[in-house]
Amino acid sequence: MSSTGRIVTVYGNMVTAEVEGTVRQNAVAYCQRSDGVRLMSEIIRIRGKLADMQVFELTRGLKVGDPVEITEELLSLELGPGLIGMVYDGLQNPLPEMAAQVGKFLEPGHYLKALDRKRDWDFTPLVAPGTVLTAAENLGKVKENIFDHFIMAPFTLNGEWKVKSIAPAGKYKVDKEIAVLEKDGQTVSVNMIQRWPVRIPLGIYRERLLPTQTMVTKQRIIDTFFPIMLGGTYCIPGPFGAGKTVLQQITSRHAEIDLVIVAACGERAGEVVETLREFPHLKDPRTGKTLIERTIIICNTSSMPVAARESSVYTAITLGEYYRQVGLNVLLLADSTSRWAQALREMSGRLEEIPGEEAFPAYLESSIARFYERGGIVELKDGRKASLTVGGTVSPAGGNFEEPVTQGTLKVVGAFLGLSYARSYARRFPAIDPLESWSKYAGVIAHEKVAWAHGFLKRGKSIYEMMQVVGEEGTSIDDFVIYLKSEFLDNVYLQQNSFDEVDAACPVDRQQHLFEMVTNVLKHKFEITDKARARDLFFTLTEQFRDWNYSPWQSDQMKTAENAIKATMSSKEAAHA
Amino acid sequence: MRKFYTKIDNIAGNVATLKATGVGYEELALVEGSWGKSLAQVIRVNGDNVSLQVFAGTRGVSTGDRVSFTGHSMRFSFSDDLFGRVFSGGGEARDNRGELTDNLIEVGGPAVNPAIRLMPHRMIPTNIPMIDVFNTLVEGQKLPIFSIPGEPYNELLARIALQAEADVIIFGGMGLKYDEYLFFKNRLEEGGAMNRSIMFIHTASDPVVECLQTPDIALTVAEQFAIKGKRVLVLLTDMTNFANALKEISITMEQIPSNRGYPGDLYSQLASRYEKAVVFEEGGSITLMAVTTMPGDDVTHPVPDNTGYITEGQFYLKGGVIDPFGSLSRLKQQVNGKTRDDHRAIMDGCIQLYAKCRETREKRAMGFEMSDWDNKLLKYGESFEKQIMSFSANIGLFDALQQCWNILAEHFEPRETGIRSNLCDQFWPKK
Repeated sequence: MSSTGRIVTVYGNMVTAEVEGTVRQNAVAYCQRSDGVRLMSEIIRIRGKLADMQVFELTRGLKVGDPVEITEELLSLELGPGLIGMVYDGLQNPLPEMAAQVGKFLEPGHYLKALDRKRDWDFTPLVAPGTVLTAAENLGKVKENIFDHFIMAPFTLNGEWKVKSIAPAGKYKVDKEIAVLEKDGQTVSVNMIQRWPVRIPLGIYRERLLPTQTMVTKQRIIDTFFPIMLGGTYCIPGPFGAGKTVLQQITSRHAEIDLVIVAACGERAGEVVETLREFPHLKDPRTGKTLIERTIIICNTSSMPVAARESSVYTAITLGEYYRQVGLNVLLLADSTSRWAQALREMSGRLEEIPGEEAFPAYLESSIARFYERGGIVELKDGRKASLTVGGTVSPAGGNFEEPVTQGTLKVVGAFLGLSYARSYARRFPAIDPLESWSKYAGVIAHEKVAWAHGFLKRGKSIYEMMQVVGEEGTSIDDFVIYLKSEFLDNVYLQQNSFDEVDAACPVDRQQHLFEMVTNVLKHKFEITDKARARDLFFTLTEQFRDWNYSPWQSDQMKTAENAIKATMSSKEAAHA
Repeated sequence: MRKFYTKIDNIAGNVATLKATGVGYEELALVEGSWGKSLAQVIRVNGDNVSLQVFAGTRGVSTGDRVSFTGHSMRFSFSDDLFGRVFSGGGEARDNRGELTDNLIEVGGPAVNPAIRLMPHRMIPTNIPMIDVFNTLVEGQKLPIFSIPGEPYNELLARIALQAEADVIIFGGMGLKYDEYLFFKNRLEEGGAMNRSIMFIHTASDPVVECLQTPDIALTVAEQFAIKGKRVLVLLTDMTNFANALKEISITMEQIPSNRGYPGDLYSQLASRYEKAVVFEEGGSITLMAVTTMPGDDVTHPVPDNTGYITEGQFYLKGGVIDPFGSLSRLKQQVNGKTRDDHRAIMDGCIQLYAKCRETREKRAMGFEMSDWDNKLLKYGESFEKQIMSFSANIGLFDALQQCWNILAEHFEPRETGIRSNLCDQFWPKK
């Protein structure tokens, strides 16, 4: 039963209504403007007869006394085949469809169905009448792009139900009945669409597992030094201009994963447009299909209404959970979680809640924790493993990592890829700070070897700092060579040119090969006593390794580069002690 | 029949509150009294209490003044008659030519659907090497100029405006000194650009609330021209004044401030203006350049900080030059791969070497012995500053690239530059 109310206050995107009847917290409501346009809202606080709502649209033109219709349903998504490749706003309205129907601008009050009702899906039943099953067990499957999209028993089922009837193989639309289930004389009709409230985690599985498999991003500094695992969580904090979004984009292109969900939350529209316009033309080397066929874009950019920004990260993670339920390995990239936190802050301010640090609400940390905890690798009811990996960028005010959103995030993630001003100013990309970042996960190269190489970076840094005080002439040649080695490692391994076709993505075997070659240089005892000549030698090596990095795998060009490196290493200059 | 209210209950800051019914959120009202009249906008309705933000300020407003509501939100006339005109921040003519009243459009409407945007893809040449070579400006980009008061940011803005060959130039001045307004007007007239320019001027002596309206009206007009296929360049100066006006209003409205007194929605407020920058499929576009002065040269101050997260890069104006380290055009990659093969390599190579030069200067300042390599870097730095970074450099992109190669060849061996060997083979000047 829905209730009705009347608006009593309008202030920014917050509207208060006086309500007759029952109201459910987080239920969807519609505020009706005098010209008939209905604005979607969500109940966020109830005080006696007054219900405070955040409105997902511009509130311009709403008046005191305008009617409010309050539904029973919590803010929910439509889940089913046909989500992949779509571009949705934070409330799951398909944006291209919206443009076709409404025009250039996002006029308030238009809501469209998320799933295409006209498309036919090739359905194959997987159960026979009489089968007993529980929530989220497979009834059948359809082919969505290259994936088997399993059609499951409703997630909301209680206990064991028996299949009364199941549709034969054939073409069906998403809203067509494909099965009837029964229990104690009750029956439910099942089609391919499920609905699930975004604020409640969706996870119906046997057990949650420990992440054990590296998620390859083809970025050397990540896969080797600060790896991420399937089902893990990580964050990328960094000041503006340090390359957070570029790193997210590179990951969305090159990560070895089934499905990528890009949540552009309160960021620039231009960045989404880049993904939107380029992914249909870029090939995924793993499948040979275009990247858009493994991507869902949730787009609530900074000029779109702020309340929908708050819900958009939940929309994104619910979609991720759904495809994990289907059986895929999903990567969610949320850019940026700080904008989401700011949306929380804006609303909290309007609700006149007592503010915490930097005016963020007191529940900020627990909200962040709950969000990241929705990721994870699980064993589904049929024994398959599926995962949801969550990576969020953080945009700390003033680039200061001490602020509440960064600190709240660091507590709950498994890897921290901190971007630094200094590195991006020196054009060292990806600008992940190798001395500040950490990861609790295992990467593509054995941990001891990585730790040994990482030691050079640490020593190089302290020698460099020492040199700032005592000068080059006050530094011993041994220390100087260690410094040059650390710079060399940085230049040819950590840095990667994302605009070079070859260097942009470095697969695992290539990383392992390069790591061996770099290790040989790091291990080498150079006999040089002259600093200028040492610098010169490392210039040469760096240039030759760069040429190697730009050469296609196992091409003649690569062999030439490798021979050049060998020649340098066996030259008189580089002679052994 | 229009209804009049003659009792204002509260007046605080620029906000007046009265009892009225049937009033829409963000509706426009007219306040009239013995002091004159002013438009006002509804910024909160609570029961029958309506809070109005009075554009001309509340100085002299009496509790007995007459208030009427117009039934619509802020509107502005749009037509080709706008060209060459100068308006106040609130949209009134300030050039002694009549008010425009036909074809009224709503100010500050909804955002553009991201799905119909195009990727910016056309370079805007400025003949300033620090921009063209190192941080290329792209049509449809939004880019602030960060600087401290006293830097020649307005000159830079004017130079870009005249060089950029836009169909329409829209200028929004917020909290301008009167001389600065005249400076821009003269530059546009001298450059022969006034007949394709429209100016919205809020000077420091005008009411604060009009400062808030200035970018909205300017961008609404820009949007209309862009929809019609025009390439529009919008220049805003100074957005820090705009943010301070926001702060003033939000404190009056007793909002809990988040950082140094600024409201928690500062990011969203700035973003909804900057995000008007766009490229439409039909060819129209809005390119937005905005000056943001940094109080105390502090980039972590909330205004430049939030701006940096919104815009597609920033130009740092420091010591009279565009600083190569802080400055960034995020969209340069969209165009600089198509100009010339060596563009990107020169861009990275020259800056990396210049960064090393700066480190060496620090070493020298501390009294350390300079190696041969250090001396090379120091000499390179001098040439680079004089020939490329200087504000007086006024050369096209290709000439600037050639100049960079010449400087490199003067001081270094190819492999010392870190530039790929195949490019050095091709472009290194032959002696």
